[in-house]
Amino acid sequence: MPQPILTIKKLTKIYGNNVIFRDIDLTVAEGDTIVIIGPSGTGKSTLLRCINLLTHPDGGEIWLDADEITAKGANEDLVRQHIGMVFQNFLLFNHLTALDNVKLGLTKVKHMNDKAAEAKAFEELKRVGLSDRAHHYPGQLSGGQQQRVAIARALAMDPRIMLFDEPTSALDPELIGEVLEVMRDLSKSGMTMLVVTHEMGFAREVADRIVFMEKGNIVEEGSPDDLFYRPKFERTREFLWKITELYGKKENADGPSAAEDTESNQPAAEENA
Amino acid sequence: MDVANFIKYILQGTVYTLGVTAVALPSGLILGTLFALLAVYGGKTLKQVMSLYSTVMRGIPPIVLLLILYFVMSGEINLSPFWAGSISLGIISSAYQMEIVRGAILSVSAGQMMAARAIGLTRMQAIINIILPQTLRNAIAPWSNEAAIIIKDSSLVYALGVPEILRRAQLIGASSGSYLPAYLTAALIYFALVFASGRLLGLLEKKLEIPANP
Repeated sequence: MPQPILTIKKLTKIYGNNVIFRDIDLTVAEGDTIVIIGPSGTGKSTLLRCINLLTHPDGGEIWLDADEITAKGANEDLVRQHIGMVFQNFLLFNHLTALDNVKLGLTKVKHMNDKAAEAKAFEELKRVGLSDRAHHYPGQLSGGQQQRVAIARALAMDPRIMLFDEPTSALDPELIGEVLEVMRDLSKSGMTMLVVTHEMGFAREVADRIVFMEKGNIVEEGSPDDLFYRPKFERTREFLWKITELYGKKENADGPSAAEDTESNQPAAEENA
Repeated sequence: MDVANFIKYILQGTVYTLGVTAVALPSGLILGTLFALLAVYGGKTLKQVMSLYSTVMRGIPPIVLLLILYFVMSGEINLSPFWAGSISLGIISSAYQMEIVRGAILSVSAGQMMAARAIGLTRMQAIINIILPQTLRNAIAPWSNEAAIIIKDSSLVYALGVPEILRRAQLIGASSGSYLPAYLTAALIYFALVFASGRLLGLLEKKLEIPANP
């Protein structure tokens, strides 16, 4: 088996007396798209923040390729260059145009010259379908456009892995699609992705593996089909269908045993869509 | 002495008033910004030192601080009253400007720093490229208030013998016996300066405004 891009061993995070998560193990192979789901307050976002060292874990190890990034003396700024992060609230730099948002890391962190940085930034904006908005400020863009710029900003650094922290949760429903589409294309292009989301349609279609977290533990992980139709734990089934009902758009009942599950567990989902 | 010369004599003090302001305001801004950064991003001890500095400086009347700083400065390094007075006012103002900038830094969301660090910027790069440009924009409105205060407080250097507007009004009032016209003239000049500075900074704020949809 090839070296995984990301290896998490026994990762633990504690705030005061509050255990956010304990002994989390997770491996992400090159090109994988892994979706993390679970109730709020389960530590999913904190897990992502630990991975790019915005928060420091209290125990365990994180390896990026063959380097332990949680080791003492690891260069955090260098680590973060290799790990792209997309936030729930976009967090574009408000005083910079879309193009300059994408460009900044290239000139300041990668020390590219202005011209090359601008060309690359423009390419990344094109990739998320926003080349015509390059000179707009965040305040002039819709939420969906802002999030796509944020994705372009992270991609511009040529990261080894992209982390998405509920990237569509702050968006109006009609703007979610355009962001998911960009993420879908990204996944297809072979980018390694770790996505925290409640978008079950996306998870089922795009994820190689779904990880179900609850109360600071990984309850279960497996392929979308396994988790939706053959979950090992009743709790997984309950959560998946509940969340599908809440967030899911009308989906094709294309799974092997979709019919019976749909019947028993999500009576309202079809009408609500 | 005719009216024109009377007014002209006082008006000549404007050069000193503007000179004092031109030194005190920017030096106060530079010091204030530096102190504000230390107060927000510094360690626990630095935060406490900055908080103490701010509390003490703002708790003493400017004229008292001015006299203390003046006698320290002119005694130790032999500065002219103009420079000693201007720098002293700048130091006094730094405590007030520190509070303005500190508030403006805190009004920039913490997420901006996080996003900057996430793409690999160091803390210092993030402060310079992301935090400060937004902070200083936010600070212009409260800062124009401080600019008005400095223009007015520049009259305090008259106590050091700098021939600025108030000092001249007093001199010509004494020599001509027309105290009230002299002080009214001074008042009018101060008002015009404060009014103009407010307008100018208002224009600057407009010019630097970040475009957004309504």
